[in-house]
Amino acid sequence: MAHPSVVVEDLSVHLGGRCILEDLSLSIGNGQFVAIVGTSGGGKTTLLRALAGLLPAERPNSIHLDGTPVDGPDERIAMVFQHFGLFPWKTVEQNVRYGLDVQGKTDHDGRVDRLIGMMHLEHCRKQYPHQLSGGMKQRVGIARALCMEPQLLLLDEPFSAVDAITREELHTEVLQLWERQEQMNAVLVTHDLDEAILMADRIVVLCGPPGRIILDVENPISRPRDIQEIRGHTDYIRTRRRLWDALKNGTNGAASEPTKMRAAL
Amino acid sequence: MNGINGQKSVATPVAEAGSQPPAPVTTQTVTSPAATSGKARRGPRRLNRKQRWLLQVASTVAILVAWEIYGRSVNPVIFTYPTAIARAFVDMLADGTLAQAALESLVVLGIGSAVGAIAGIGIGLLAGRSDTVAALIEVPVNALYATPSVALIPVIVVWFGFGATAKSIVVGLFVIFPVLINTMRGVREVDPDLLEVARCYCSSEPKLWRDLLIPSALPYIITGLRLAIGRGLVGVIVAEFFTAISGLGNLIVTNANSFETARMFVPIVVIAVYGVLATALLEWVESRLARWHR
Repeated sequence: MAHPSVVVEDLSVHLGGRCILEDLSLSIGNGQFVAIVGTSGGGKTTLLRALAGLLPAERPNSIHLDGTPVDGPDERIAMVFQHFGLFPWKTVEQNVRYGLDVQGKTDHDGRVDRLIGMMHLEHCRKQYPHQLSGGMKQRVGIARALCMEPQLLLLDEPFSAVDAITREELHTEVLQLWERQEQMNAVLVTHDLDEAILMADRIVVLCGPPGRIILDVENPISRPRDIQEIRGHTDYIRTRRRLWDALKNGTNGAASEPTKMRAAL
Repeated sequence: MNGINGQKSVATPVAEAGSQPPAPVTTQTVTSPAATSGKARRGPRRLNRKQRWLLQVASTVAILVAWEIYGRSVNPVIFTYPTAIARAFVDMLADGTLAQAALESLVVLGIGSAVGAIAGIGIGLLAGRSDTVAALIEVPVNALYATPSVALIPVIVVWFGFGATAKSIVVGLFVIFPVLINTMRGVREVDPDLLEVARCYCSSEPKLWRDLLIPSALPYIITGLRLAIGRGLVGVIVAEFFTAISGLGNLIVTNANSFETARMFVPIVVIAVYGVLATALLEWVESRLARWHR
């Protein structure tokens, strides 16, 4: 973690008079995949939206990407949404191309074709989102984000709206895609501990409100990972246990001493 | 045997519905051909295209026959019947009065509707997106919408005379409000999730209009236009009643005044045909524009 690429410093977010995040700090290293897990209402999604520059800044310069502040929607950041966020009147291909298109990045047909191929969307290129299953829709969402070749990829519970079998397939595909590249940072918000351990290099447990980090662990399981074998791994079981304990204690109100938690690990 | 089959076919969907109550709508809309038979049994009976067409023809013929039988038994000054109207139609076509009036009304209808629809869509789009514009137009729009537009016709005639201009303005006035209000609503109802997607991908405002606001408001705009067709036809006829110089409205008034009941009905039929054609045209445009719809 020599050059932290994403730096969050003393980020506070209030929405509708409620404090959602309070003085949160986090730095993410180059090429790191960070999973943020936590209970509902703990501020996971708010943190992700703040990273995407979608929330009005309460304190300037509390988020930096590669040395420059993120103070609004940023072309270096792309997001995959829980609700897929596809335009119903655009075909699969047009949806994949959307980000490039609005940012005036024409001349990237190769990239679009490559991602359509990688996400197995060739046969439905000309179809509209309502003709696709949930899993296919999220493939389009992921292809659209990756098309941007972002420095920071944000994933907001991207697999929670698809069925279990499709989820496993998507896990495998995203894992393979991830392991083939080096430049990107990714932040995955999820409430699925297995998904976090499977995908991430590092797992952050967020508890709230107001959201605070109560645990921050490196994932001991090395890459490349095999989705079928990983679940029997002793490290997997141990990590899962730690995360679960942190989540449970955090919600029980014992989270006021994050340092103690960290030391106990 | 039939009874048992009937019972079975009722019983199956009930059991299905019981097993998965929350999402019958989605399962129905994302149908595959195999699911269609189940869907047909579940809801009211679906007709195929030919059956629909037959029923439409049957109801029209039934109405015409009943009208013909009853109409013939009534004094022709008071009422008329379809074959008399058809005869009057041929007469009026031959002496040129009908074609001229129909054309005059069509021009007024076309210009008035086009101006009203374009203004309605334009102002509606702006007001849907901008709170400032919405606040500015709210009171005048509500006031004018609530006022019967008919009440304004004498003033419009005083200002613009009895010609096509005044009548087009009346039609425009009838057309603009349903279009404006629906368009505004359409822009307001845009999916906030998609708005966030557009923001996240750094869309500029013009591209936001192109990719999101206009396509998502389109069904609302079409609904506004559909309502506007009816109102526009009312507008043109009422305007022609008042000015009583030209057009189909004038034909209705003059023929009614001279107790030519059959001739009076001819322009009414033409107006009805205009309405049907305009709706069909709109449906065609909609099917071309909104191809993503299921």
